[in-house]
Amino acid sequence: MSTRLLPFYATLLICALAYAACVFQFPAMLSFRVAGNLLTDNAFLGIAAVGMTFVILSGGIDLSVGSVIAFTGVLLAVLITHYGVHPLIAFAIALSITTVFGASMGAIIHYLEVPAFIVTLAGMFLARGMCFVMTTDSIPIDHQFYTALQGLFYRLPGGGRLTFIGCLMIIVFVAGILMAHFSKFGSYIYAVGGNRTSAELMGVPVARTTIGIYAMSGFLSGLAGIVFSLYTSAGYSLAAVGVELDTIAAVVIGGTLLTGGVGYVAGTFIGVIIQGIIQTYIVFDGTLSSWWTKIVVGVLLFSFIAMQRILVFLSSKRTTAIGGG
Amino acid sequence: MNRLSKAALTKAAPQLLSLALILFLNYLAFPGFFEIRLQDGRLFGSLIDVLNRGAPVIILAIGMTTVIASRGVDLSVGAVMAVSGALAATMTVAGYPVPVVILAALGTGLLCGLWNGILVAYFDLQPIVATLILMVAGRGIAQLITEGSIVTFNEPGLIFFGTGSFAGIPMPILIAAFLLFVAITVVRRTALGLLIESIGINRSASSYAGLNSKLLLLVIYSFCGFCAALAGIIIAADIRGADANNAGLWLELDAILAVVIGGTSLFGGRFSILMSALGAIIIQAMNTGILLSGFPPEYNLILKALVIIVILLAQSFSSLGGWAFLKAEFRSKGAKR
Repeated sequence: MSTRLLPFYATLLICALAYAACVFQFPAMLSFRVAGNLLTDNAFLGIAAVGMTFVILSGGIDLSVGSVIAFTGVLLAVLITHYGVHPLIAFAIALSITTVFGASMGAIIHYLEVPAFIVTLAGMFLARGMCFVMTTDSIPIDHQFYTALQGLFYRLPGGGRLTFIGCLMIIVFVAGILMAHFSKFGSYIYAVGGNRTSAELMGVPVARTTIGIYAMSGFLSGLAGIVFSLYTSAGYSLAAVGVELDTIAAVVIGGTLLTGGVGYVAGTFIGVIIQGIIQTYIVFDGTLSSWWTKIVVGVLLFSFIAMQRILVFLSSKRTTAIGGG
Repeated sequence: MNRLSKAALTKAAPQLLSLALILFLNYLAFPGFFEIRLQDGRLFGSLIDVLNRGAPVIILAIGMTTVIASRGVDLSVGAVMAVSGALAATMTVAGYPVPVVILAALGTGLLCGLWNGILVAYFDLQPIVATLILMVAGRGIAQLITEGSIVTFNEPGLIFFGTGSFAGIPMPILIAAFLLFVAITVVRRTALGLLIESIGINRSASSYAGLNSKLLLLVIYSFCGFCAALAGIIIAADIRGADANNAGLWLELDAILAVVIGGTSLFGGRFSILMSALGAIIIQAMNTGILLSGFPPEYNLILKALVIIVILLAQSFSSLGGWAFLKAEFRSKGAKR
């Protein structure tokens, strides 16, 4: 139990230390304004990362996330701006398409027994290609409903804003945590990720669970796409390139084991926030370039993966010592 | 292992047929497709273009094949290409002689591959995870080298590797062909290929059989990094500049796709470098065909996705044993498992 929670505590500690170091150098970073922006700027990343957490917990991977976000954005822009569809109806259409898209990827992964990364790779190409087919232009979205949603925020003390999309991310995270630990589906996911064969023998509906996981990842990617389009007020087919890597990084930094079965949705939230803090620090510093984000994230990825290996190694040594004796 | 050459041809039949079909479609879309002419001592024509543009992916696919055969995957090749291209361009601008530049860039690729290999072999990380680290950080490092700008250069010695030609044949084709020849010779004329396959099929059994699988994995991943660096140099020389953001973007996926089209299983084991190169040529023939027929190049991605899905369906069909009369055998296989 304690070794399982250790990566999560380590992430929490690093997050606190990083924030403290930033505040030490730039006292202005300790404000509700920065905290509010941290939530708003990373809302789409966080929502997609929740879906990715479940996928990785089940021992899979979903590379199509970034493309699906872009696809949703472009689809919304085309529907709303070109065809005059009401945003709410457009949201429903987009979410149902991405959910079905994810479910079909899950079905292929389960029934054809092919590695998840090659199936979702095809999905990545397909979604990105569909964006390009719809349009290669960047289409602005100008609709009263969008303006209303964007103007919806709770004013925090000190001029900070807790925006609608920031709140949405928190709601998704809370729902994800509840689902992971207090629902049947959640325990199925952990079971499949821990050991698929044993899960099957115990009577876990593996097919339904796998398809459900990828459908949920598709749904959440779609939701992230909606948030991204609210955030940018536009749809562009080249948007969100490489977001899948950021989400995977957030999940891993959050302490979820990439082999599946072990991890926490809450850890992913911290992982997203750490990435946000690095970016905010770079903005505050002003002289550092944005490519440092990638390098620091890479270094963090490495240290967390190395730490997980050591923990797994230690715990396996302990169990063999007990079992062998 | 019976009826080797005939079996090899039957195995290659789908790939050869699809290449022929794609070339024929290209011919329909663009009647001058098969024309090749000699101009200023260099061959020109759409076919030459397919090979020339396909050379970087062929080179990547050669390295990727060995990695996938060992039951791994290298997601970092695109980023390594960006790093080696960035280094080559920056060093050229700084005035280093071409041989030094090339050696440094190739050496960096080897180092990147070595890093991946250490993570996979000694840290026992899943290859996807191990190479993901460099995939994320690599582009950052490349941008660090170029300081965020697109570095352009005009050094004829380096440009020669991208756009020059020898005996009428463009350099990228020659480099790819040479590497292909060397790789196939080394892998098939020695026991190396067999050892790689044995690691891919069962790593721990290979280790128990006395195979130094850790060292071999290091060699495999280093070779893949080397190939990526070579491809990066060619692309940088071709555009006379290094773009840390876009050089090699998504090419790791093309390389994996080429290997998969070539029929090497993603679960490791039996592999064929030649077939992967054929796969890379098929991909490039599709790209060129779409450009020639006047479709927007964006259709490429959808086509690639469909190709992957069709191949997966075909592979899973054949691995499940052609349904009808092999059903019994499938059951016995399941029982054995």
